[in-house]
Amino acid sequence: MSAGHSTYSPKTGIGRWFDARLPLPRLVYDSFVAYPVPRNLNYAYTFGGILTLMLAAQILTGVVLAMHYSVSTELAFNSVEKIMRDVNSGWLLRYLHANGASFFFVAVYVHIFRGLYYGSYKAPRELLWILGCIIYLLMMATAFMGYVLPWGQMSFWGATVITGFFTAIPLVGDWIQQLLLGGFAVDNPTLNRFFSLHYLLPFMIAGVVVLHVWALHVAGQTNPTGIEVKSKTDTVPFTPYATVKDGFAMVVFLLVFAYFVFYIPNYLGHPDNYVEANPLKTPAHIVPEWYFLPFYAILRAITFNIGPIDSKLGGVIAMFGAIAVLFVVPWLDTSKVRSAVYRPWYKLFFWLFVLDSIFLGWLGSRPAEGAYVAMAQIATLYYFAFFLILMPLLGLIETPRRTPNSITEAVLAKKKGADATPAGAAAAPETNG
Amino acid sequence: MSANESTEHTRRDFLYVATGMAGVVGAAGVAWPFIDQMRPDASTLALASVQVDVSAIEPGMSVTVKWRGKPVFIRNRTDQEVEQAREVPLADLKDPAARNENLPADEQATDLARSAGEGKENWIVMVGSCTHLGCVPLGQSGDFGGWFCPCHGSHYDTAGRIRKGPAPENLHIPIFQFVSDTTIQIG
Repeated sequence: MSAGHSTYSPKTGIGRWFDARLPLPRLVYDSFVAYPVPRNLNYAYTFGGILTLMLAAQILTGVVLAMHYSVSTELAFNSVEKIMRDVNSGWLLRYLHANGASFFFVAVYVHIFRGLYYGSYKAPRELLWILGCIIYLLMMATAFMGYVLPWGQMSFWGATVITGFFTAIPLVGDWIQQLLLGGFAVDNPTLNRFFSLHYLLPFMIAGVVVLHVWALHVAGQTNPTGIEVKSKTDTVPFTPYATVKDGFAMVVFLLVFAYFVFYIPNYLGHPDNYVEANPLKTPAHIVPEWYFLPFYAILRAITFNIGPIDSKLGGVIAMFGAIAVLFVVPWLDTSKVRSAVYRPWYKLFFWLFVLDSIFLGWLGSRPAEGAYVAMAQIATLYYFAFFLILMPLLGLIETPRRTPNSITEAVLAKKKGADATPAGAAAAPETNG
Repeated sequence: MSANESTEHTRRDFLYVATGMAGVVGAAGVAWPFIDQMRPDASTLALASVQVDVSAIEPGMSVTVKWRGKPVFIRNRTDQEVEQAREVPLADLKDPAARNENLPADEQATDLARSAGEGKENWIVMVGSCTHLGCVPLGQSGDFGGWFCPCHGSHYDTAGRIRKGPAPENLHIPIFQFVSDTTIQIG
């Protein structure tokens, strides 16, 4: 399904004139109209489109908010309050932007879990996967720096704790932290550079998204069966089929988003961030935004020294390792079968991994004491074991179920099962009916 | 190379190497100011020293002052608190170093080495940033009657030494001195 020859033929004179000079309409037509997609894509595959929409929405609301925001420790907090109270529709734009970040992460987590479930990272899509991991890293950096801008208590102390990670690095740690902060503590220089980078990074994300989509269109999309497209009957054209499915999913997603924006806009935030930053007083309970909580739990789970590595550095290594391990997933999974649909054991451990991630998130929101610490250690152990032990091992010992010969066969077998034809069900008995 | 291939160095070879070298050196030279500008600037460094009048601080009281954007605890400890800190055997300490910038780096974390020195044993001056991830510990609390960091649960004793929790080091003691009997200069 790699980029075949173009079927675009401009019908108007202007179209032909344009096509001979800058074939942009041809590129769009080939990529988003005639482009063949597997006919069996389910709604889990609509989150790429949703993510693109959220990125565009965040850039749009962000650029507008920047017109009303003041980058200075003296003014930042009040300028955000001004946006909330004085600027026309300012409250809406800010709630859209703040909740938009959360929903961006909701979508990216579904997107990543979908990739892990259907084996989307396997050859020849390793680069596609890695580009996705880079986007995820950039998203985290952008979200972190954006959260500092309102200059509330959580902004300030979140920035202090997160830049504090770098002091765990032996010898040069303090120097690196001062380089990031532009001072000895989080202060005006920090706020200034974070604002500049918060404005820049989304456009870098957009650039990597272009590469991500490019790589996707070279290898073609995976699908729930994990079988490559073999014939024309395996695919349908992007428009109208995928366009409408993506569009419908966006509408449903935005409905949930709108519910949060209009009815519970502060549900995902922290009341402490409506208190202006005070460098002399730490809030009683510092927690990051919900989308960082699993990693925060992993950071705090390392309470013991490992050889020459003290617990502080160990926690930081574990936390960054939890993200870094994603980059090598294509080489950790040894199974020849792509989709979890045909891998009974992987499927079980995958869902355990999903539960484990959610559990880690919950633990991250609890104080780091008593039984929570032990639970976080067990959950962290499973997190790493899933990638480093189960993924390589299962591919060697698991007996996968028989995979259908083609996407078309899988779809027709499923359809037949659904019609409940009692006799002559020639389809593989293993496939779901 | 074209038909008249030779091992002679041509003018093109020279230009190739010269342009490449200029590119590498130029890129490194241009990169430096971009990194350098991120470091603490002159106005930030200018705030490197403050003077505090401590005449009104009775035993058992403490003040928190801001130095280099960070809180500094100045506490006039009670005699019991000093006694309590002195009784702790050094073997019980998680971090055996004094972390006192006014003393040699290998100084042991005795109560005297943590305090403001002979004759000023009751005074303790420390940067109020938890050595774990930089939160501000709360005074007169925790399992050891000293400081307690609410972020990740580090307990410090009455000499500001880490006793329990994830923090790796004792609270840092900045460069400071009594410029008079009632004035401390930090930095």
